[in-house]
Amino acid sequence: MYGYAGKVLYIDLNTGKTWVEPLNQEYAKKYVGGIGLGMRLWLDNSKAGVDPLSPDNPLVLSIGPISGTVFPTAGNGHSFVAKSPATFGIGEAVAHGTFGSELKRAGYDAVIFKGSSEKPVYLWLDDDSVQLMDASHLLGKSPSETEDIIKQDLGDYYVRVAAIGLAGEKLSRIACIINEKTRAAGRTGMGAVMGSKNLKAIAVRGTNDIRVAKPTEFIEMVKEFHERMKGPAAQKYRTLGTSENILVHNALQCMPTRNYNNAHFENAKKVSGEYLNEKFVVKIIGCSSCAMRCEHEVVVPEGPYKGTLTRMEYETLWAMGPYCGIDELDAIVKGMELCNYYGIDAISAGVVVAFAMDCYENGLLSTKDFDGLEANFGNSEALIQILEKIGTRTGIGNILAEGVRIAAQKIGKGAEKLAQHIKGLEVTGYDLRCLKTAALGFAVSFRGADHNRHGAYAFDVKGKVDRLKAEKGRGKLVRDMEDIYALIDSLIVCKFSRGTYYKGLVDMATLYTLVTGIEMTAEELKKSGERINTVARLINIREGLGRKDDTLPWKVLNLPIPDDGPVKGAYVTLDELNLLLDDYYQSRGWNSNGIPTKMKLEELNMNALLKIVEEKLEV
Amino acid sequence: MVRPQDRKFVSADPDKCVGCVVCEYACSLTNEKTFNPTKSRIRALRMGPLNNIAVACRHCEEPACVAACPRDALSQEENTGIINVDEEACDGCTWCISACQFGAMMMHPQKKVVFTCNSCKDQEDGPQCVKWCPEEALTFVTAQQLAQKSRISAVRNLFQEAKE
Repeated sequence: MYGYAGKVLYIDLNTGKTWVEPLNQEYAKKYVGGIGLGMRLWLDNSKAGVDPLSPDNPLVLSIGPISGTVFPTAGNGHSFVAKSPATFGIGEAVAHGTFGSELKRAGYDAVIFKGSSEKPVYLWLDDDSVQLMDASHLLGKSPSETEDIIKQDLGDYYVRVAAIGLAGEKLSRIACIINEKTRAAGRTGMGAVMGSKNLKAIAVRGTNDIRVAKPTEFIEMVKEFHERMKGPAAQKYRTLGTSENILVHNALQCMPTRNYNNAHFENAKKVSGEYLNEKFVVKIIGCSSCAMRCEHEVVVPEGPYKGTLTRMEYETLWAMGPYCGIDELDAIVKGMELCNYYGIDAISAGVVVAFAMDCYENGLLSTKDFDGLEANFGNSEALIQILEKIGTRTGIGNILAEGVRIAAQKIGKGAEKLAQHIKGLEVTGYDLRCLKTAALGFAVSFRGADHNRHGAYAFDVKGKVDRLKAEKGRGKLVRDMEDIYALIDSLIVCKFSRGTYYKGLVDMATLYTLVTGIEMTAEELKKSGERINTVARLINIREGLGRKDDTLPWKVLNLPIPDDGPVKGAYVTLDELNLLLDDYYQSRGWNSNGIPTKMKLEELNMNALLKIVEEKLEV
Repeated sequence: MVRPQDRKFVSADPDKCVGCVVCEYACSLTNEKTFNPTKSRIRALRMGPLNNIAVACRHCEEPACVAACPRDALSQEENTGIINVDEEACDGCTWCISACQFGAMMMHPQKKVVFTCNSCKDQEDGPQCVKWCPEEALTFVTAQQLAQKSRISAVRNLFQEAKE
């Protein structure tokens, strides 16, 4: 095969047995790779109703067909797929760096971890050699420390490592998996699934050649994309980076602030991307084979956190900054470093801290609950202390490490209203009350509250639609974006490079064909995107999710934006939500309960999965 | 006859290098017709997020690798300074790898002989890594030019007003 390695590695952690199966070629074409292939493989290897933290929840590591080539951004991604301990539906998270390309050179398209190891282990994948190594000396270590120790142990600096931190070991539902110190497969608690398997890390070395089907034309396309990436489509990421969004969103009053109590942060300038770049950014680095570079490395120049080094992006800056009412950039950077240290998703972590602060301000949690801490919004010391508690699961952190949904259930007293999540996954930095296309995208996202499943905020933020209006037609907008985003995460290309695909799906289909030699049209690829979203939906239905879960956080539905300005009073009514959902389901060819119909499944050549929904469709 | 100070080699500017390893892909594609960094003659190294650099053969005067070879498998071209490997004579003993202070001499993963940068001497437009580097961090330079570059930046730092 070209592009694809053609092999799937199975690892039974119960017994230590490992085996290789050929990649199902039909799956390859129909589900592309990355999250698409990962979810399809997960479905085959799991039973309905599985407890996400039990040995029976397989963890799938998968890469795409372009991985390992020089194609800019496309050569380097990898994804993790499993049932999410946060949403109890399908979980997936993508990261970039060099790990994915190394896995391809080792000769695998996917690795499926089943069962759970009795003792802590890490996987050492050295081309054909597969070994489970003792990891008892790595327990409690951060992903970064783990990476360094493994490289030392194995005697090769070029070994690539993805690891969990203490939070993953302690099964925190917001735990992530980090590779190369700063790159996180962040969302949906994949780190906890890895931790539940007693799998501390995955180390890979691959030395095999990667061949593409049509090398001459492929190289021409690579050169063309190198040029495109020097142009306007990638300019934002090369310059200010995503943290540019702070002032943009603030000006539009669509930046959730103080746990959704406001949509605008009065001190945004102090935490702006502009200020960050001027005072903190020391270097912008890139992933393997990338021609853009986006990763803004920041170092705190002075004060108590002087010397703290981490990567910084909009979402994490927003979550631990404005969303917690905090305007001290050095503390936010320290918070980010702590999240990487313990291996927790910094978006969810920030939202959890803000939730805790809101509970404190509303008297649902007391100073005693925080071991003497006054956990008001804006208290940066509280941010740091609470993150420490979450990372180590001590004190109130033990509850908060469960994510806002479960934490709110445990706290009770109406705390649910303060828990801003969808399907159990914490919100991200877009105020859905005044971004109604985004609101639909977030509500139907199969992994819960997330901007990265659709990017539908772009229509609202760029003024392509009336962002305060819920109307028919938004369903199709969201659907089409979801399909493209699913493909981006399956090929896997970097979302930051999406603008360089001037012809969108046509460019992506060309790339797929040149690499794999498998003929692919834009129409077929679009159908694959639809299929990937549909298989995710089918998994969620099998696991008990449905229309009732396609909803919005309490404050989005009940607390109008209080800030003076053009969006004052905005929120999403239940009627609006229902209108949007009906429109979306219709555009997807699903019934009014959000279940894919028999006709739709047949159209997508997914007849084999009809059994999942057959009974539900008859009702 | 090229004077030693005029011999060119590939040099990376650590301030510009971001560790994207595009150079490794360009090299393996040019010299081995495949995508495989382990067959690249230039290797990028990232020591923590901030320290990135790519290293290739510097075509030393008095090359230690050539002196170390017990089988006379290595020789230096006089005009270019390029180290040639006689693949018949090389038995992969790795003495040259020990001798090279830059880690620019490497063992080929399949041929079981050593290999190092040949400045893409068969390519009309010179080293392909330099051509491909998205950050223009790589240059094909002489020792003379490198020294001048360092002097210029040192003087610029000394006289702030000379900046721009």
